[in-house]
Amino acid sequence: MTAPDTVPTPASSPPWAALAAAPAFRDLHARKSRFLWSLLAFSVLYYFLLPVGAAWFGDWYAVKVLGPVNAGLLFALSQFLIAWGIAWWYARRADEFDRIASALATDLGVEAAGARRNPAS
Amino acid sequence: MNAWKQTRVTLALLSLAPTASAQTVGEEWRALTFGVFAAIIALTMYVTWRAARKVRTSADFYAAGSSVSGLQNGWAIAGDYLSAASFLGIAGLISLYGYDGFMYSVGWLVAYVTVLLVIAEPCRNIGKYTMGDILAFRNNPRVVRAAMALSTITVSTFYLTAQMVGGGILVKTLIGIDYEVSVIVVGVLMLSYVLFGGMVATTYVQIIKAILLVLASLVMVGLVWAQYGFAGPAYFEQVVGNPGIQARVASLLGEAGGVLTPAELGQRFLEPGLYLKSPIDQISLGMALVLGTAGMPHILMRFFTVPTAQAARISVIWAMAIIGGFYVLTLFLGTGAAMIVGPERILAADKGGNMAAPLLAQYLGGGPDALLGNLMLSFVAAVAFATIVAVVAGLVLAAASAMSHDIWVGVIKGDQATDAEETRAARVCSLIVGAIAITIGILAQGQNVAHLVALAFAVAASANLPVILLTLYWRRCNTAGCIAGLVVGTVSAVGLLLVSPNMSYPLQQRAAQQEIIRLQEVRIANLEKDLTLVDEARSQALAAARAASAQAKKDLNRLGTGTTSLVGLEAPWFPLRNPGLLSIPLGFLAVLLGSLLYRDPRAEARWQELHVRANTGIGRAAANAH
Repeated sequence: MTAPDTVPTPASSPPWAALAAAPAFRDLHARKSRFLWSLLAFSVLYYFLLPVGAAWFGDWYAVKVLGPVNAGLLFALSQFLIAWGIAWWYARRADEFDRIASALATDLGVEAAGARRNPAS
Repeated sequence: MNAWKQTRVTLALLSLAPTASAQTVGEEWRALTFGVFAAIIALTMYVTWRAARKVRTSADFYAAGSSVSGLQNGWAIAGDYLSAASFLGIAGLISLYGYDGFMYSVGWLVAYVTVLLVIAEPCRNIGKYTMGDILAFRNNPRVVRAAMALSTITVSTFYLTAQMVGGGILVKTLIGIDYEVSVIVVGVLMLSYVLFGGMVATTYVQIIKAILLVLASLVMVGLVWAQYGFAGPAYFEQVVGNPGIQARVASLLGEAGGVLTPAELGQRFLEPGLYLKSPIDQISLGMALVLGTAGMPHILMRFFTVPTAQAARISVIWAMAIIGGFYVLTLFLGTGAAMIVGPERILAADKGGNMAAPLLAQYLGGGPDALLGNLMLSFVAAVAFATIVAVVAGLVLAAASAMSHDIWVGVIKGDQATDAEETRAARVCSLIVGAIAITIGILAQGQNVAHLVALAFAVAASANLPVILLTLYWRRCNTAGCIAGLVVGTVSAVGLLLVSPNMSYPLQQRAAQQEIIRLQEVRIANLEKDLTLVDEARSQALAAARAASAQAKKDLNRLGTGTTSLVGLEAPWFPLRNPGLLSIPLGFLAVLLGSLLYRDPRAEARWQELHVRANTGIGRAAANAH
């Protein structure tokens, strides 16, 4: 089943409407969206806790934890770990998304992404 | 004798007969510095020469033929992103203000999470050479290309100006060449990379610079740790126990610091509040940083140099590792500089603290009179110079690409241009943008350009990011929305800046200087009456107070008689230094309203293709001729 599209697509290009309507694609997109946007929201919120905390909860930042190293310093350092952690987690899930996308392409008889690379210069 | 003392003795033996000079690099060391600079420049020229032979088509010029690997691109992104502001500026801020400076670093890294999750891969799947390509996919091509190109050129110009001014000052301070000549040197060098080697040379120069920068930082931090102990509580004990740092905190806190013990003063260095006073301002700046990187043309363009979305993903992850690692190192560069060089020396060399890292290198090598010290200083200075040139090259290429690919080929010639014509146009535009960059750099001498970088990020976050994000993810986004977003975002960011505290307000400046004079008079009067002070201490304090008062009077005279800022205000209307808090939501709102109030059948019709391609990469290779 194809949805009507108003822009005629040349015969050789992939059937976009069919792809967009395919249940496998919709499922992929839903899962990807949930994952990406919630991860992004978390990362942005976690980051903003740093300046907000420094401004309004500065006393907590001054609490010494390891010798002179205080909670504020540890919190700032944790931002790096969180950012790296997010990157690592995303890389893992992204491999999974890639596989689903390839399978989807094959199923609909379309060239998968990266099947043809740009000619090297 | 412990290992460190032995090293110092050896280093001291390497010193030649000397005279301490008031400037950072003494006269007799200029030749050495020049030599080191020349060596690094020669390396980059060689690379450019090799690259020039590979640049044949426009795809090569704009995007290195999409043949850069994920790892290489990761280093190139780091090289493009870590500007002199990161290296010199943040190290300086940390050395002078402690914790607040380090908070700056965090934002610069976290910004890449946005890029990684929602920008890098879709852009690689949709675009070809520029951000204009991404917008032109669904929307009216000529209109959005023109608007996007203007925005790209604006953002790149703001950023470029700050870099050119910084580069001119750096070369002048360290080699002694005139400011104007320095700016021209930076400009000509950068132009040679771009004109002859396009994106290929630019990529290699950025990779080289990033490697040199990380190496130099690792060596310096290693030496700092050798002296003070590996990072950890023991290291920070030394930081808070350092008398120079304690004195610095005391001077920053003024009266409030009088009741603290030296240990408490030192501890304060690791707490927030010595530099950043306004929390809302901090949040506004944070928004601009975290969202602006994802809208920066010269960063986004790097994604077109790799063949696939997966490679784009790998390059961002590598970039995050390198950039994040570097920023953690800056914590030790900054605190190390504060301990070894001392805040007063750093301030004396440059009020903004930008000489902290070069001075640290010099002192690690034995000080201003030692051969090794000046060798290390020269190396670090040359790395900082390479940093500026590499970033400037990336910016010029971004602006020139927008000019040639979007405006000349897209708008003026309606996409009817041969590849040879386009490549030639790209080179001509590079020359034009380069010439403009040099001219502005010369004209901006002496201006405070520090806020231009933050402004560039604010415009990128307010204008570029909303339109890119919404055209990729929102079905209803269309041409009207994109134009509205670009215009409102840019105008609001720039407009708010013009009425912000960043501008010069003569009445306020005069009041500030008069207040300093008054305070010093009070201090002088108190000192003269204070009988508990030893004569010598009193005369020293009196001399300091009188010097401060004299300086304030000089500054007051220099202010002249004007009463209003550039746009005619006596006091700022908008209270924040960074417009992000207001301009970013306005940008998004504009895209929303513009899209909803207008119907664009083409945008809706092409949604399915964009949606599938952005999410899966299907059809990207086949459709690259668009």
